[in-house]
Amino acid sequence: MAELCAVVGVGQTKHAACRADVSIAGLVREAVDRALIDANITIADVDAIVIGKAPDMLEGVAMPELWLADALAAHGKPVFRVHTAGSVGGSTAIVAAQHVMAGVHGTVLTIGFEKQSDGNAMWALSVPIPFGMPVHAGAGGYFSPIVRGYIERSGAPKHIGAIVAVKDRTNACKNPYAHLHEPDWTLEKALETPMLWDPIRFIETCPSSDGAMALVIMSEERADKHAGPKAWIHATAMRSEPTAFAGREQISPRAGEMCAEDLWRKAGITNPAKEVDVLEMYVPFAWFEPMWLENLGFAPRNEGWRWVEDGVTDMTGSLPVNPSGGVLSSNPIGASGMLRFGEAALQVMGKAGEHQIAGAKKAVGHAYGGGSQFFAMWLVSSDKP
Amino acid sequence: MSEADGLMRLRLPIAVTYNWSAGPNATSHLAGLMEGKLIGKRCPSCSSVYFPARNGVCPKCARILAEDVTVGPKGTITTFCIVNVPFLGQKIKLPYVAAQILLDGADISMQHLIQECEAEDVRIGMRVEPVWKDRSEWGPSMENIEHFRPTGEPDQVMGSESGAS
Repeated sequence: MAELCAVVGVGQTKHAACRADVSIAGLVREAVDRALIDANITIADVDAIVIGKAPDMLEGVAMPELWLADALAAHGKPVFRVHTAGSVGGSTAIVAAQHVMAGVHGTVLTIGFEKQSDGNAMWALSVPIPFGMPVHAGAGGYFSPIVRGYIERSGAPKHIGAIVAVKDRTNACKNPYAHLHEPDWTLEKALETPMLWDPIRFIETCPSSDGAMALVIMSEERADKHAGPKAWIHATAMRSEPTAFAGREQISPRAGEMCAEDLWRKAGITNPAKEVDVLEMYVPFAWFEPMWLENLGFAPRNEGWRWVEDGVTDMTGSLPVNPSGGVLSSNPIGASGMLRFGEAALQVMGKAGEHQIAGAKKAVGHAYGGGSQFFAMWLVSSDKP
Repeated sequence: MSEADGLMRLRLPIAVTYNWSAGPNATSHLAGLMEGKLIGKRCPSCSSVYFPARNGVCPKCARILAEDVTVGPKGTITTFCIVNVPFLGQKIKLPYVAAQILLDGADISMQHLIQECEAEDVRIGMRVEPVWKDRSEWGPSMENIEHFRPTGEPDQVMGSESGAS
């Protein structure tokens, strides 16, 4: 039986297009220092460090965890690196939690980061597959045909993506750490932005960001003696599937459904839409909000877009999605999943500031990566299970 | 090198060339392309036909793919994207249509370029055929096909195949 554990410290950087003021190590250290201060501990209290980032090609620095060990003061401590593409921030937090759940360590520090300005993600994600046809154009080029498939299948009107984008950009203005602070978007203006990867518009795409997120996770024994709010980890789940196989459901991948089913079962949730107070979901392209609402079992199939249109996912709706502004407002890729997990923790700790959802008791963090093939989720609560 | 607030930023190149062991499945695919043939592989368990059979095994059944199957050359567009965004390493003039094409006889789509029609006329279910480059330019690559173009046949009703892999 796994041991109970909790998030007791959350620290993130100011996310920006280019943090030229710091190196990768400085960026990571900024988040770590804030998480340790938030947890009111020092690095000496940390038993192990689990670090994650997206593909090394994004910055062109291979195995950065080796040289980051210095910046993390990891001397004499175990350091682990996790990689599951864009979902890595989520899966890294889960691996960290599992070290505590397994009873191996009492206090674990976990970090996700990306310094996109040091490299070129569009290039890194468009490297030709050997001897294939080089028509692939970055992540947008990969996901756009899948979005078109969703629109065709669900009959969603074409402005749904823009509604999500305006909501997330508006929410981000309440989050001082968010990369984009753009308060003046309207649906009308959003619909005038150009199609980059038709049917995906400019407004409906995430920015490229530099940023990091760090969390401190403690065992129940230690957390009980620890002053301050905690986010108890009720359940974690991860699933994966191959990128391509005959008959693969690309719009709503089976691995995503299985990940959510596993999470709901472990957390004792029978009606996610009613029982979850706030959802931080990985939405790098706006259309993925309705698509994931369906995939994770919140909305019925082909109905997710109606929830968006009806304002269900607004800050004031019955299921607020991404009050932090989400990936659409900050995308340091390797940190983006941990930002979802950490923002979920902040909500149930009552520490989300201006974007706090009043009375949030149960929050879900979600991340996906690769060709919609890696999924990671956790459910955290202000109360013990 | 540029300096902001007295801090250096260095602009440095990165380039890699590498060897790739294609293995028996990709080898038969690539050897086929050098003769203008589209050769896929059938799974002995679920009978799915993979083109190209990039892996040695069926991703669903984990059975080793052995039987060659010639697919296409015509196919149907299952979904597509109109690319308007310029990026490093790009070789094709914008805007272009990158489509998922399900070749006749295959059970998984592959991505290729659509030309010889306006981007706004491309549809899910549209029938297309390959236009090969001059044989003198052929190598072990899907780039031997310059692009796909509409055949003019009636659209195929895709149903649940729409937007699928």
